[in-house]
Amino acid sequence: MIRDLHNKLISKEITAVQLAEEYFARIQKKDKDIFAYLSLAKKSALDQAKKVDEKIGKGEEIGMLEGIPGAIKDNMCMAETRTTASSKILDNYIAPYDAAAVKNLKDAGAVILGKTNMDEFAMGSSTESSAYGPTKNPIDKERVPGGSSGGSAAAVAGDMAVWALGSDTGGSIRQPAAFCGVVGLKPTYGRVSRYGLISMASSLDQIGPIAKTVEDAAIVLSEISGHDVMDATSAKSSGKRYENYLTGEIKGLKIGLVREYIESLKAEAKELMEKAVEDFKKMGAEIKEVELAYAKYSLPVYYIIMPCEVSSNLARFDGIKYGMRADNYQDTGIDFETEDRSLLETYLDSRRYGFGTEVKKRIMLGTYALSSGYYDAYYLRAQKVRTLIKKDFEKAFDEVDLILAPTTPTPAFRIGEKTEDPLEMYLSDIFTVTANIAGIPAISIPCGTIKEGGKDLPFGLQLMAKWFDEENLLRAAHAYETYSR
Amino acid sequence: MISKDEVKHIAGLARIGLSEKDINKFSKDLSAVLDWVKELQEVDVSNVEPTAQIIGTENVIREDKAREFPDKNKIADLFPDKKDGFGKVKSIL
Repeated sequence: MIRDLHNKLISKEITAVQLAEEYFARIQKKDKDIFAYLSLAKKSALDQAKKVDEKIGKGEEIGMLEGIPGAIKDNMCMAETRTTASSKILDNYIAPYDAAAVKNLKDAGAVILGKTNMDEFAMGSSTESSAYGPTKNPIDKERVPGGSSGGSAAAVAGDMAVWALGSDTGGSIRQPAAFCGVVGLKPTYGRVSRYGLISMASSLDQIGPIAKTVEDAAIVLSEISGHDVMDATSAKSSGKRYENYLTGEIKGLKIGLVREYIESLKAEAKELMEKAVEDFKKMGAEIKEVELAYAKYSLPVYYIIMPCEVSSNLARFDGIKYGMRADNYQDTGIDFETEDRSLLETYLDSRRYGFGTEVKKRIMLGTYALSSGYYDAYYLRAQKVRTLIKKDFEKAFDEVDLILAPTTPTPAFRIGEKTEDPLEMYLSDIFTVTANIAGIPAISIPCGTIKEGGKDLPFGLQLMAKWFDEENLLRAAHAYETYSR
Repeated sequence: MISKDEVKHIAGLARIGLSEKDINKFSKDLSAVLDWVKELQEVDVSNVEPTAQIIGTENVIREDKAREFPDKNKIADLFPDKKDGFGKVKSIL
């Protein structure tokens, strides 16, 4: 899609300003019902589009992403725009700088339309925990778009952005991509700088693209990846343009299959996965069963490591440095005029009224697990099991190039369906969270639909690859996408 | 089971103010998650090294040199309370 639009721009069939205006018009028309966007950056978007048109007018060459409109998840800083992470505690936060990924996209000439809704601080799988209200799935508005990057996935699926950035800590790019019928890529841990991404769980967080096609995701990845001195965990740049590896050819590629994953699915989902396996065979891939003995512990490992890191990362929201201070906030019911509140009370009140329930819960879980006497039993043990899971993958990748799995157990669930039982919500990440624990790259691509309540709901297929092997991952995803169309 | 007193203790450590209703809810919810992650106790982790950095990056160092932030006023604008361009913290004595 990006390539087509790029060609239309250079052949002067359309202008970048027309393209941006068209997307703003669609947002105005459709987003009342979907609520993918929290805020729009109309002026800077149109200014950037004008610059691109001037370049084209002067006969200068433009990059692939130049003038192409997209969206940024609201947990990434974009200078001089409101960046809330969908939390009340950051309601008035105007980012003083660009996140590295945002800066890279700006340097590439991309047009940024606005910031997208998400679960508060990326904690959730449905975008229902946003302090500003839930995003609806464009395929079926009674259903969730997934989460936490639900706004980004809905914007792309609803044709309100060509591409979008999401962040993925336990499946937050891939699960919403699967629920909305689009492509979502979580790169290898460290591939994309996390500078300017509002931290959730630092050893798991990774920024990646959501797009309509695998090629589009590859183009965005080429622009955002690379080393950054501001993120010590970012990896050396590969210097690769990932879109150049999409040959359509996967003959001889070895793809591993975890039988239990497919067996655990309901009939319709199982059928789709089995068909995908047959398709890969027909394309010339070699399918081999692999065993991941410790992968079943990924979700409990995640629910220890993640809250521990959350409790530490979110300690910075104290009502002192930036963000909401309860004393300045009307809705608390406290009379700050007459009551003299201590510093401790400012902390307690700001965090009480600034954070939502899920965020508080995860901070407290982490605080408990890291508190005196519990560290060895929880965090340290989880990090050891993490080693065993990593070894599982090292062993599997000795035998195969990629691993094929479903992205989620089911298609999109209904709004409100899983908010009562938090554990049930957590289980929707069961197939995605493993890649974060192991740090490997993984992609979700559409693999058919399942009929539920009269609607054809998208179902996603997931491919996982070795550390830093985004080339093979994208090549196989692209080949499947072409073949299955 | 995480008791109400434990919830209060944890909330204090985490600097989160809670209502009575919250305390009841979190006592139940925290217990449910902690019960669920107990599954990890069955894994034999003897002689296993913990993983903190998944791609094996080791200490990354750079010159200890201060860099100017382009527009410091934009940071100062975010202080909830300030005086003479500085962020203001309540007195603790």
